[in-house]
Amino acid sequence: MSEFKQTFNSSLGKKLIMALTGLFLCTFLIVHLSGNLALFKHDNGQAFNAYANFMTHFPPIRVVSYLLYLSILVHTIYAIILTVNNRKARPIGYASAPKSPVSWSSKNMGLLGSILFLFIVIHMKDFWFKYHQDDFTGKSTHVIPFKEYKTDLVTGKQISARDLPPGDYNYAVFTEGGIETMVAKDLNQTVEIAFKQWWYVAFYVIALGALSFHLLHGFQSAFHTLGWIHRKYKPIIYFIGTWFFAVIIPLGFAAMPVYYFFFG
Amino acid sequence: MSNGNMNLTLKVWRQKNAQTSGKFVTYKAEGISPDMSFLEMLDVVNESLTKKGEEPIYFDHDCREGICGMCSLYINGRPHGPKRAITTCQLHMRSFKDGETITIEPWRAAAFPVVKDLAVDRSAFDRIQQAGGYVSINTGGVPDANEIPIPKVIADEAFNSATCIGCGACVAACKNASAMLFVSAKISQLGMLPQGQPERWSRVQSMVAQMDEEGFGNCTNTGACEAECPKEISLTNIGRMNNDYFSAKLFREERVHDHAE
Repeated sequence: MSEFKQTFNSSLGKKLIMALTGLFLCTFLIVHLSGNLALFKHDNGQAFNAYANFMTHFPPIRVVSYLLYLSILVHTIYAIILTVNNRKARPIGYASAPKSPVSWSSKNMGLLGSILFLFIVIHMKDFWFKYHQDDFTGKSTHVIPFKEYKTDLVTGKQISARDLPPGDYNYAVFTEGGIETMVAKDLNQTVEIAFKQWWYVAFYVIALGALSFHLLHGFQSAFHTLGWIHRKYKPIIYFIGTWFFAVIIPLGFAAMPVYYFFFG
Repeated sequence: MSNGNMNLTLKVWRQKNAQTSGKFVTYKAEGISPDMSFLEMLDVVNESLTKKGEEPIYFDHDCREGICGMCSLYINGRPHGPKRAITTCQLHMRSFKDGETITIEPWRAAAFPVVKDLAVDRSAFDRIQQAGGYVSINTGGVPDANEIPIPKVIADEAFNSATCIGCGACVAACKNASAMLFVSAKISQLGMLPQGQPERWSRVQSMVAQMDEEGFGNCTNTGACEAECPKEISLTNIGRMNNDYFSAKLFREERVHDHAE
Protein backbone atom coordinates (compact mmCIF):
# COMPACT_ATOMS: atom_id res chain seq x y z
CA MET A 1 0.00 0.00 0.00
CA SER A 2 1.27 3.44 -0.78
CA GLU A 3 2.13 5.75 2.09
CA PHE A 4 -0.77 7.99 1.17
CA LYS A 5 -3.35 5.21 1.07
CA GLN A 6 -1.96 3.76 4.28
CA THR A 7 -2.39 7.09 6.03
CA PHE A 8 -5.98 7.62 4.96
CA ASN A 9 -6.99 4.01 5.54
CA SER A 10 -5.77 4.11 9.13
CA SER A 11 -8.20 4.82 11.94
CA LEU A 12 -6.73 8.29 12.39
CA GLY A 13 -6.77 8.95 8.63
CA LYS A 14 -10.48 8.18 8.39
CA LYS A 15 -11.13 10.43 11.37
CA LEU A 16 -9.08 13.16 9.68
CA ILE A 17 -11.39 12.94 6.66
CA MET A 18 -14.42 13.22 8.94
CA ALA A 19 -12.92 16.25 10.68
CA LEU A 20 -11.92 18.08 7.50
CA THR A 21 -15.20 17.52 5.67
CA GLY A 22 -17.11 18.41 8.85
CA LEU A 23 -15.26 21.68 9.33
CA PHE A 24 -15.71 22.54 5.66
CA LEU A 25 -19.46 22.02 6.06
CA CYS A 26 -19.31 24.32 9.11
CA THR A 27 -17.79 27.12 7.04
CA PHE A 28 -20.53 26.59 4.45
CA LEU A 29 -23.17 27.13 7.13
CA ILE A 30 -21.77 30.61 7.80
CA VAL A 31 -22.02 31.55 4.11
CA HIS A 32 -25.47 29.99 3.73
CA LEU A 33 -26.85 31.75 6.79
CA SER A 34 -25.43 35.16 5.99
CA GLY A 35 -26.73 34.98 2.41
CA ASN A 36 -30.16 33.81 3.48
CA LEU A 37 -30.51 36.78 5.80
CA ALA A 38 -31.77 38.47 2.61
CA LEU A 39 -35.04 36.60 3.30
CA PHE A 40 -35.69 39.03 6.13
CA LYS A 41 -35.59 42.03 3.78
CA HIS A 42 -38.98 43.48 2.88
CA ASP A 43 -38.28 43.91 -0.83
CA ASN A 44 -40.54 41.26 -2.39
CA GLY A 45 -37.61 38.88 -2.50
CA GLN A 46 -35.41 41.01 -4.78
CA ALA A 47 -32.20 40.70 -2.76
CA PHE A 48 -32.77 37.00 -2.09
CA ASN A 49 -33.47 36.18 -5.73
CA ALA A 50 -30.38 38.12 -6.85
CA TYR A 51 -28.32 36.24 -4.26
CA ALA A 52 -29.74 32.86 -5.37
CA ASN A 53 -28.79 33.64 -8.95
CA PHE A 54 -25.29 34.74 -7.93
CA MET A 55 -24.70 31.58 -5.91
CA THR A 56 -25.74 29.30 -8.74
CA HIS A 57 -23.96 31.11 -11.58
CA PHE A 58 -20.73 32.64 -10.30
CA PRO A 59 -18.07 30.09 -11.43
CA PRO A 60 -15.82 30.01 -8.31
CA ILE A 61 -18.90 29.47 -6.14
CA ARG A 62 -20.05 26.68 -8.44
CA VAL A 63 -16.71 24.92 -7.97
CA VAL A 64 -17.00 25.28 -4.20
CA SER A 65 -20.57 23.99 -4.36
CA TYR A 66 -19.42 20.76 -6.04
CA LEU A 67 -16.82 20.40 -3.28
CA LEU A 68 -19.65 20.87 -0.84
CA TYR A 69 -21.81 18.10 -2.33
CA LEU A 70 -18.77 15.84 -2.33
CA SER A 71 -18.06 16.70 1.31
CA ILE A 72 -21.60 15.81 2.36
CA LEU A 73 -21.29 12.43 0.64
CA VAL A 74 -17.79 11.69 1.94
CA HIS A 75 -18.73 12.75 5.48
CA THR A 76 -21.76 10.42 5.34
CA ILE A 77 -19.93 7.47 3.79
CA TYR A 78 -17.02 7.68 6.22
CA ALA A 79 -19.43 7.98 9.12
CA ILE A 80 -20.98 4.69 8.01
CA ILE A 81 -17.58 3.00 7.52
CA LEU A 82 -16.35 4.13 10.95
CA THR A 83 -19.60 3.11 12.64
CA VAL A 84 -19.45 -0.36 11.08
CA ASN A 85 -15.84 -0.70 12.28
CA ASN A 86 -16.82 0.47 15.74
CA ARG A 87 -19.63 -2.08 15.95
CA LYS A 88 -17.19 -4.80 14.90
CA ALA A 89 -14.85 -3.71 17.68
CA ARG A 90 -17.51 -4.69 20.24
CA PRO A 91 -19.42 -7.70 18.91
CA ILE A 92 -20.95 -8.52 22.32
CA GLY A 93 -22.40 -5.52 24.12
CA TYR A 94 -22.91 -4.90 27.81
CA ALA A 95 -26.00 -6.10 29.62
CA SER A 96 -26.09 -3.12 31.96
CA ALA A 97 -26.61 0.25 30.33
CA PRO A 98 -23.34 2.25 30.23
CA LYS A 99 -23.37 4.92 32.93
CA SER A 100 -20.13 6.74 32.12
CA PRO A 101 -20.68 10.50 32.34
CA VAL A 102 -20.65 11.68 28.72
CA SER A 103 -22.62 14.26 26.77
CA TRP A 104 -25.82 13.14 25.06
CA SER A 105 -24.84 14.63 21.70
CA SER A 106 -21.48 12.85 21.58
CA LYS A 107 -23.26 9.50 22.00
CA ASN A 108 -25.84 10.22 19.30
CA MET A 109 -23.84 11.71 16.43
CA GLY A 110 -25.04 8.94 14.09
CA LEU A 111 -28.72 9.54 14.85
CA LEU A 112 -28.30 13.31 14.58
CA GLY A 113 -26.34 12.93 11.36
CA SER A 114 -29.03 10.69 9.88
CA ILE A 115 -31.70 13.31 10.63
CA LEU A 116 -29.48 15.92 8.99
CA PHE A 117 -28.88 13.77 5.92
CA LEU A 118 -32.64 13.25 5.50
CA PHE A 119 -33.11 16.98 5.94
CA ILE A 120 -30.45 17.81 3.34
CA VAL A 121 -32.08 15.45 0.80
CA ILE A 122 -35.54 16.99 1.32
CA HIS A 123 -34.18 20.54 1.49
CA MET A 124 -32.23 20.13 -1.75
CA LYS A 125 -35.15 18.43 -3.51
CA ASP A 126 -37.52 21.26 -2.61
CA PHE A 127 -35.25 24.23 -3.32
CA TRP A 128 -32.02 23.31 -5.07
CA PHE A 129 -33.56 20.81 -7.48
CA LYS A 130 -36.60 22.97 -8.27
CA TYR A 131 -34.26 25.87 -9.01
CA HIS A 132 -32.12 23.77 -11.34
CA GLN A 133 -34.86 21.55 -12.79
CA ASP A 134 -35.18 23.40 -16.09
CA ASP A 135 -31.40 23.39 -16.61
CA PHE A 136 -31.25 19.63 -16.01
CA THR A 137 -34.23 18.58 -18.07
CA GLY A 138 -33.72 21.20 -20.78
CA LYS A 139 -37.46 21.86 -20.74
CA SER A 140 -39.29 24.91 -19.48
CA THR A 141 -41.50 23.55 -16.76
CA HIS A 142 -41.95 26.92 -15.03
CA VAL A 143 -41.69 25.22 -11.66
CA ILE A 144 -40.21 28.47 -10.46
CA PRO A 145 -41.67 31.51 -12.24
CA PHE A 146 -39.69 34.65 -13.02
CA LYS A 147 -40.21 38.03 -11.46
CA GLU A 148 -39.31 41.49 -12.67
CA TYR A 149 -38.09 44.21 -10.32
CA LYS A 150 -37.65 47.88 -11.16
CA THR A 151 -35.48 50.03 -8.92
CA ASP A 152 -34.92 53.78 -9.02
CA LEU A 153 -31.15 54.11 -8.93
CA VAL A 154 -31.26 57.69 -7.65
CA THR A 155 -33.30 56.97 -4.52
CA GLY A 156 -32.37 53.29 -4.38
CA LYS A 157 -36.04 52.47 -3.84
CA GLN A 158 -37.95 49.65 -5.45
CA ILE A 159 -40.57 50.99 -7.86
CA SER A 160 -42.31 47.78 -8.82
CA ALA A 161 -42.18 44.01 -8.44
CA ARG A 162 -44.17 42.07 -11.00
CA ASP A 163 -44.75 38.32 -11.47
CA LEU A 164 -44.04 37.44 -15.07
CA PRO A 165 -46.40 35.17 -17.02
CA PRO A 166 -45.00 31.72 -17.95
CA GLY A 167 -42.48 32.03 -20.75
CA ASP A 168 -38.81 31.68 -21.62
CA TYR A 169 -36.81 34.11 -19.54
CA ASN A 170 -33.22 34.39 -18.44
CA TYR A 171 -31.69 36.21 -15.54
CA ALA A 172 -31.00 39.79 -16.68
CA VAL A 173 -30.15 43.17 -15.24
CA PHE A 174 -30.24 46.32 -17.33
CA THR A 175 -30.45 50.05 -16.68
CA GLU A 176 -32.58 52.47 -18.64
CA GLY A 177 -33.05 56.12 -17.75
CA GLY A 178 -31.89 55.75 -14.18
CA ILE A 179 -34.13 52.76 -13.58
CA GLU A 180 -32.63 49.33 -13.05
CA THR A 181 -34.64 46.33 -14.16
CA MET A 182 -33.87 42.87 -12.87
CA VAL A 183 -35.49 39.69 -14.12
CA ALA A 184 -34.81 36.68 -11.92
CA LYS A 185 -36.22 33.32 -10.89
CA ASP A 186 -38.52 33.91 -7.95
CA LEU A 187 -37.11 31.40 -5.48
CA ASN A 188 -38.45 33.66 -2.76
CA GLN A 189 -41.98 32.62 -3.72
CA THR A 190 -41.02 28.94 -3.34
CA VAL A 191 -39.74 29.75 0.14
CA GLU A 192 -42.95 31.61 1.04
CA ILE A 193 -45.15 28.70 -0.08
CA ALA A 194 -43.04 26.06 1.66
CA PHE A 195 -42.89 27.90 4.96
CA LYS A 196 -46.67 28.38 5.12
CA GLN A 197 -47.11 24.66 5.88
CA TRP A 198 -46.92 24.02 9.61
CA TRP A 199 -45.50 20.49 9.28
CA TYR A 200 -42.78 21.71 6.97
CA VAL A 201 -41.82 24.42 9.46
CA ALA A 202 -41.87 21.84 12.27
CA PHE A 203 -39.59 19.53 10.29
CA TYR A 204 -37.13 22.37 9.70
CA VAL A 205 -37.09 23.34 13.36
CA ILE A 206 -36.49 19.70 14.42
CA ALA A 207 -33.71 19.29 11.85
CA LEU A 208 -32.05 22.51 13.05
CA GLY A 209 -32.30 21.23 16.61
CA ALA A 210 -30.42 18.16 15.42
CA LEU A 211 -27.87 20.45 13.74
CA SER A 212 -27.35 22.26 17.03
CA PHE A 213 -26.57 19.07 18.94
CA HIS A 214 -24.50 17.66 16.06
CA LEU A 215 -22.29 20.76 16.05
CA LEU A 216 -22.18 21.03 19.84
CA HIS A 217 -20.05 17.89 19.76
CA GLY A 218 -18.83 17.90 16.17
CA PHE A 219 -17.04 21.24 16.04
CA GLN A 220 -14.77 20.70 19.03
CA SER A 221 -14.41 17.01 18.19
CA ALA A 222 -12.98 17.92 14.77
CA PHE A 223 -10.27 20.01 16.43
CA HIS A 224 -9.53 17.11 18.74
CA THR A 225 -9.11 14.79 15.78
CA LEU A 226 -6.82 17.23 13.99
CA GLY A 227 -4.76 17.37 17.16
CA TRP A 228 -5.26 21.11 17.39
CA ILE A 229 -6.33 21.04 20.95
CA HIS A 230 -4.45 22.43 23.86
CA ARG A 231 -5.54 23.68 27.23
CA LYS A 232 -4.24 27.10 26.19
CA TYR A 233 -6.93 27.59 23.54
CA LYS A 234 -9.36 24.75 24.19
CA PRO A 235 -11.82 27.15 25.91
CA ILE A 236 -11.92 29.30 22.76
CA ILE A 237 -12.77 26.29 20.56
CA TYR A 238 -15.46 25.18 23.00
CA PHE A 239 -16.86 28.70 23.17
CA ILE A 240 -17.10 29.05 19.38
CA GLY A 241 -18.45 25.53 18.99
CA THR A 242 -21.13 26.06 21.60
CA TRP A 243 -22.28 29.63 21.17
CA PHE A 244 -21.66 30.27 17.50
CA PHE A 245 -22.19 26.87 15.86
CA ALA A 246 -24.64 25.22 18.24
CA VAL A 247 -26.68 28.29 19.16
CA ILE A 248 -26.46 31.26 16.78
CA ILE A 249 -26.31 29.32 13.49
CA PRO A 250 -29.23 26.93 14.16
CA LEU A 251 -31.30 29.74 15.70
CA GLY A 252 -30.61 31.95 12.68
CA PHE A 253 -31.73 29.24 10.27
CA ALA A 254 -34.75 28.25 12.37
CA ALA A 255 -35.85 31.89 12.51
CA MET A 256 -36.52 31.82 8.73
CA PRO A 257 -39.32 29.21 8.54
CA VAL A 258 -40.78 30.45 11.83
CA TYR A 259 -40.75 34.08 10.64
CA TYR A 260 -42.35 33.21 7.30
CA PHE A 261 -44.99 31.05 8.95
CA PHE A 262 -46.13 33.72 11.37
CA PHE A 263 -45.30 37.01 9.63
CA GLY A 264 -44.42 36.22 5.98
CA MET B 1 -28.50 -5.36 60.04
CA SER B 2 -27.08 -5.02 63.49
CA ASN B 3 -23.45 -5.60 62.58
CA GLY B 4 -23.69 -3.37 59.50
CA ASN B 5 -22.89 -6.19 57.14
CA MET B 6 -24.56 -6.30 53.73
CA ASN B 7 -26.44 -8.88 51.69
CA LEU B 8 -26.10 -8.50 47.95
CA THR B 9 -27.27 -10.19 44.78
CA LEU B 10 -24.61 -10.63 42.12
CA LYS B 11 -25.31 -11.14 38.43
CA VAL B 12 -22.01 -12.50 37.16
CA TRP B 13 -20.96 -13.33 33.62
CA ARG B 14 -19.84 -16.96 33.48
CA GLN B 15 -18.09 -18.22 30.37
CA LYS B 16 -16.10 -21.44 30.16
CA ASN B 17 -13.58 -20.27 27.56
CA ALA B 18 -13.18 -18.13 24.46
CA GLN B 19 -14.83 -20.75 22.26
CA THR B 20 -18.08 -21.12 24.17
CA SER B 21 -20.72 -18.47 24.72
CA GLY B 22 -21.38 -17.34 28.26
CA LYS B 23 -24.36 -16.35 30.35
CA PHE B 24 -25.23 -14.51 33.53
CA VAL B 25 -25.50 -16.52 36.74
CA THR B 26 -27.02 -15.05 39.91
CA TYR B 27 -25.28 -15.51 43.27
CA LYS B 28 -26.03 -14.32 46.76
CA ALA B 29 -23.26 -12.57 48.65
CA GLU B 30 -24.21 -12.58 52.31
CA GLY B 31 -22.66 -11.03 55.39
CA ILE B 32 -20.37 -8.76 53.39
CA SER B 33 -18.53 -6.14 55.42
CA PRO B 34 -18.78 -2.61 53.96
CA ASP B 35 -15.04 -2.29 54.58
CA MET B 36 -14.17 -5.11 52.20
CA SER B 37 -12.83 -4.28 48.79
CA PHE B 38 -14.83 -5.45 45.80
CA LEU B 39 -12.32 -8.20 45.10
CA GLU B 40 -12.41 -9.37 48.73
CA MET B 41 -16.18 -9.64 48.39
CA LEU B 42 -15.65 -11.84 45.32
CA ASP B 43 -13.09 -13.87 47.32
CA VAL B 44 -15.79 -14.54 49.94
CA VAL B 45 -18.24 -15.61 47.24
CA ASN B 46 -15.59 -17.84 45.65
CA GLU B 47 -14.79 -19.40 49.01
CA SER B 48 -18.40 -20.48 49.43
CA LEU B 49 -18.55 -21.70 45.81
CA THR B 50 -15.44 -23.81 46.37
CA LYS B 51 -16.89 -25.28 49.55
CA LYS B 52 -20.03 -26.21 47.63
CA GLY B 53 -17.84 -27.90 45.01
CA GLU B 54 -18.69 -25.35 42.32
CA GLU B 55 -16.18 -23.68 40.05
CA PRO B 56 -15.12 -20.30 41.49
CA ILE B 57 -15.56 -17.08 39.48
CA TYR B 58 -12.44 -16.22 37.50
CA PHE B 59 -11.29 -12.63 37.61
CA ASP B 60 -7.95 -10.90 37.10
CA HIS B 61 -6.14 -9.35 40.05
CA ASP B 62 -2.61 -8.93 41.31
CA CYS B 63 -1.27 -6.10 43.46
CA ARG B 64 -4.64 -5.06 44.95
CA GLU B 65 -3.34 -1.55 45.57
CA GLY B 66 -4.30 0.12 42.30
CA ILE B 67 -0.97 0.12 40.49
CA CYS B 68 -0.61 -3.10 38.52
CA GLY B 69 -3.51 -2.75 36.07
CA MET B 70 -4.58 -6.36 36.35
CA CYS B 71 -8.06 -5.99 37.83
CA SER B 72 -10.83 -5.15 35.46
CA LEU B 73 -14.61 -5.78 35.89
CA TYR B 74 -17.43 -3.76 34.37
CA ILE B 75 -19.64 -3.11 37.40
CA ASN B 76 -23.19 -1.79 36.99
CA GLY B 77 -22.43 -0.10 33.67
CA ARG B 78 -19.04 1.35 34.58
CA PRO B 79 -15.49 0.01 34.33
CA HIS B 80 -13.99 -0.31 37.83
CA GLY B 81 -17.40 0.47 39.31
CA PRO B 82 -19.16 3.64 40.41
CA LYS B 83 -16.30 5.67 41.89
CA ARG B 84 -13.96 8.00 40.04
CA ALA B 85 -10.22 7.49 39.58
CA ILE B 86 -9.88 4.12 41.27
CA THR B 87 -9.41 0.54 40.16
CA THR B 88 -11.77 -2.30 41.12
CA CYS B 89 -9.43 -3.42 43.89
CA GLN B 90 -9.67 0.07 45.45
CA LEU B 91 -13.47 0.01 45.34
CA HIS B 92 -15.08 -0.72 48.69
CA MET B 93 -18.40 -2.35 49.38
CA ARG B 94 -19.56 0.78 51.25
CA SER B 95 -20.06 2.26 47.77
CA PHE B 96 -23.07 -0.08 47.41
CA LYS B 97 -26.36 -0.30 49.25
CA ASP B 98 -27.45 -3.27 51.32
CA GLY B 99 -29.70 -5.48 49.22
CA GLU B 100 -28.45 -4.07 45.93
CA THR B 101 -28.13 -6.17 42.77
CA ILE B 102 -24.71 -5.79 41.20
CA THR B 103 -24.10 -6.76 37.56
CA ILE B 104 -20.51 -7.79 36.85
CA GLU B 105 -19.31 -8.18 33.26
CA PRO B 106 -15.94 -8.60 31.61
CA TRP B 107 -14.41 -5.84 29.41
CA ARG B 108 -16.26 -6.08 26.10
CA ALA B 109 -14.10 -5.68 23.01
CA ALA B 110 -13.24 -7.85 20.02
CA ALA B 111 -9.58 -7.15 20.77
CA PHE B 112 -10.03 -8.37 24.38
CA PRO B 113 -11.39 -11.93 24.02
CA VAL B 114 -12.73 -13.52 27.19
CA VAL B 115 -10.32 -16.09 28.64
CA LYS B 116 -12.76 -17.31 31.27
CA ASP B 117 -15.65 -15.68 33.13
CA LEU B 118 -14.53 -12.12 33.89
CA ALA B 119 -10.91 -12.45 32.79
CA VAL B 120 -10.06 -11.09 29.34
CA ASP B 121 -6.93 -11.41 27.25
CA ARG B 122 -5.33 -7.96 27.09
CA SER B 123 -2.20 -9.00 25.21
CA ALA B 124 -3.29 -6.70 22.36
CA PHE B 125 -1.97 -3.90 24.59
CA ASP B 126 1.37 -5.72 24.94
CA ARG B 127 1.70 -6.03 21.17
CA ILE B 128 0.97 -2.31 20.75
CA GLN B 129 3.68 -1.55 23.32
CA GLN B 130 6.13 -3.87 21.57
CA ALA B 131 5.44 -2.09 18.29
CA GLY B 132 7.03 1.13 19.54
CA GLY B 133 6.36 1.90 23.20
CA TYR B 134 10.01 1.99 24.19
CA VAL B 135 13.21 4.04 23.88
CA SER B 136 16.43 2.50 22.61
CA ILE B 137 19.30 3.21 24.98
CA ASN B 138 22.83 2.44 23.83
CA THR B 139 25.01 1.18 26.65
CA GLY B 140 28.29 2.88 27.52
CA GLY B 141 29.65 5.06 30.29
CA VAL B 142 27.17 5.94 33.01
CA PRO B 143 25.78 9.45 32.32
CA ASP B 144 25.42 11.93 35.16
CA ALA B 145 22.00 12.15 36.69
CA ASN B 146 19.95 15.08 35.44
CA GLU B 147 22.43 15.64 32.62
CA ILE B 148 19.59 16.26 30.19
CA PRO B 149 17.58 19.33 31.19
CA ILE B 150 13.82 18.78 31.10
CA PRO B 151 11.41 21.61 31.94
CA LYS B 152 9.28 20.79 34.95
CA VAL B 153 5.97 21.25 33.10
CA ILE B 154 7.10 18.74 30.47
CA ALA B 155 8.35 16.28 33.07
CA ASP B 156 5.04 16.58 34.94
CA GLU B 157 2.95 16.14 31.81
CA ALA B 158 4.98 13.14 30.66
CA PHE B 159 4.68 11.67 34.13
CA ASN B 160 0.90 12.15 34.10
CA SER B 161 0.73 10.18 30.87
CA ALA B 162 3.08 7.56 32.28
CA THR B 163 0.73 6.83 35.16
CA CYS B 164 -1.37 4.73 32.76
CA ILE B 165 -1.42 1.19 34.15
CA GLY B 166 -2.77 -0.36 30.96
CA CYS B 167 -5.86 -1.85 32.60
CA GLY B 168 -8.05 -1.30 29.53
CA ALA B 169 -10.85 0.57 31.29
CA CYS B 170 -10.68 3.15 28.47
CA VAL B 171 -11.50 0.46 25.91
CA ALA B 172 -14.22 -0.95 28.16
CA ALA B 173 -15.84 2.46 28.68
CA CYS B 174 -15.61 3.65 25.07
CA LYS B 175 -18.79 3.13 23.10
CA ASN B 176 -16.57 2.26 20.13
CA ALA B 177 -14.14 0.03 22.08
CA SER B 178 -11.34 2.35 21.01
CA ALA B 179 -7.89 2.03 22.58
CA MET B 180 -6.79 5.54 21.69
CA LEU B 181 -6.50 6.84 25.26
CA PHE B 182 -4.13 4.00 26.18
CA VAL B 183 -2.08 4.26 22.98
CA SER B 184 -1.87 8.04 23.14
CA ALA B 185 -0.73 7.96 26.78
CA LYS B 186 2.05 5.53 25.90
CA ILE B 187 3.08 7.64 22.91
CA SER B 188 2.96 10.87 24.93
CA GLN B 189 4.97 9.70 27.91
CA LEU B 190 7.94 9.03 25.63
CA GLY B 191 7.31 11.57 22.87
CA MET B 192 7.40 14.51 25.23
CA LEU B 193 10.77 13.69 26.77
CA PRO B 194 14.20 14.25 25.14
CA GLN B 195 15.06 10.54 25.44
CA GLY B 196 12.02 9.69 23.35
CA GLN B 197 12.80 12.02 20.46
CA PRO B 198 14.89 9.76 18.16
CA GLU B 199 12.02 7.30 17.78
CA ARG B 200 9.18 9.79 18.16
CA TRP B 201 7.98 9.86 14.55
CA SER B 202 8.32 6.15 13.85
CA ARG B 203 6.85 5.23 17.24
CA VAL B 204 3.55 6.97 16.65
CA GLN B 205 3.15 5.35 13.23
CA SER B 206 4.02 1.84 14.41
CA MET B 207 1.84 1.95 17.50
CA VAL B 208 -1.19 3.34 15.65
CA ALA B 209 -0.74 0.70 12.91
CA GLN B 210 -0.64 -2.07 15.54
CA MET B 211 -3.67 -0.59 17.31
CA ASP B 212 -5.64 -0.72 14.05
CA GLU B 213 -4.49 -4.25 13.38
CA GLU B 214 -5.74 -5.41 16.77
CA GLY B 215 -9.26 -4.39 15.80
CA PHE B 216 -9.99 -1.61 18.28
CA GLY B 217 -12.65 0.93 17.35
CA ASN B 218 -12.28 4.57 16.40
CA CYS B 219 -12.35 7.46 18.83
CA THR B 220 -15.31 9.83 18.61
CA ASN B 221 -13.98 12.17 21.31
CA THR B 222 -16.87 11.28 23.59
CA GLY B 223 -14.63 11.29 26.64
CA ALA B 224 -15.97 8.23 28.50
CA CYS B 225 -12.38 6.92 28.65
CA GLU B 226 -11.10 10.01 30.44
CA ALA B 227 -14.05 9.89 32.87
CA GLU B 228 -13.47 6.22 33.72
CA CYS B 229 -9.66 6.05 33.70
CA PRO B 230 -8.47 5.08 37.18
CA LYS B 231 -5.39 7.22 36.61
CA GLU B 232 -7.31 10.15 35.09
CA ILE B 233 -5.32 10.10 31.85
CA SER B 234 -6.38 13.21 29.93
CA LEU B 235 -8.05 13.30 26.53
CA THR B 236 -5.34 15.81 25.57
CA ASN B 237 -3.11 12.77 25.00
CA ILE B 238 -5.31 11.71 22.07
CA GLY B 239 -5.01 15.17 20.54
CA ARG B 240 -1.25 14.97 20.98
CA MET B 241 -1.13 11.54 19.35
CA ASN B 242 -3.21 12.73 16.39
CA ASN B 243 -0.96 15.74 15.97
CA ASP B 244 2.19 13.58 16.03
CA TYR B 245 0.65 11.01 13.70
CA PHE B 246 -0.33 13.51 11.02
CA SER B 247 3.00 15.32 11.36
CA ALA B 248 4.81 12.01 10.98
CA LYS B 249 2.74 10.86 8.01
CA LEU B 250 2.71 14.15 6.15
CA PHE B 251 5.88 16.04 7.08
CA ARG B 252 8.52 13.67 8.46
CA GLU B 253 11.12 11.41 6.91
CA GLU B 254 10.45 8.35 9.04
CA ARG B 255 8.48 5.67 7.25
CA VAL B 256 6.86 2.65 8.74
CA HIS B 257 6.00 -0.23 6.45
CA ASP B 258 2.71 -1.87 7.16
CA HIS B 259 2.15 -5.57 6.89
CA ALA B 260 0.36 -5.41 3.56
CA GLU B 261 3.54 -4.25 1.83
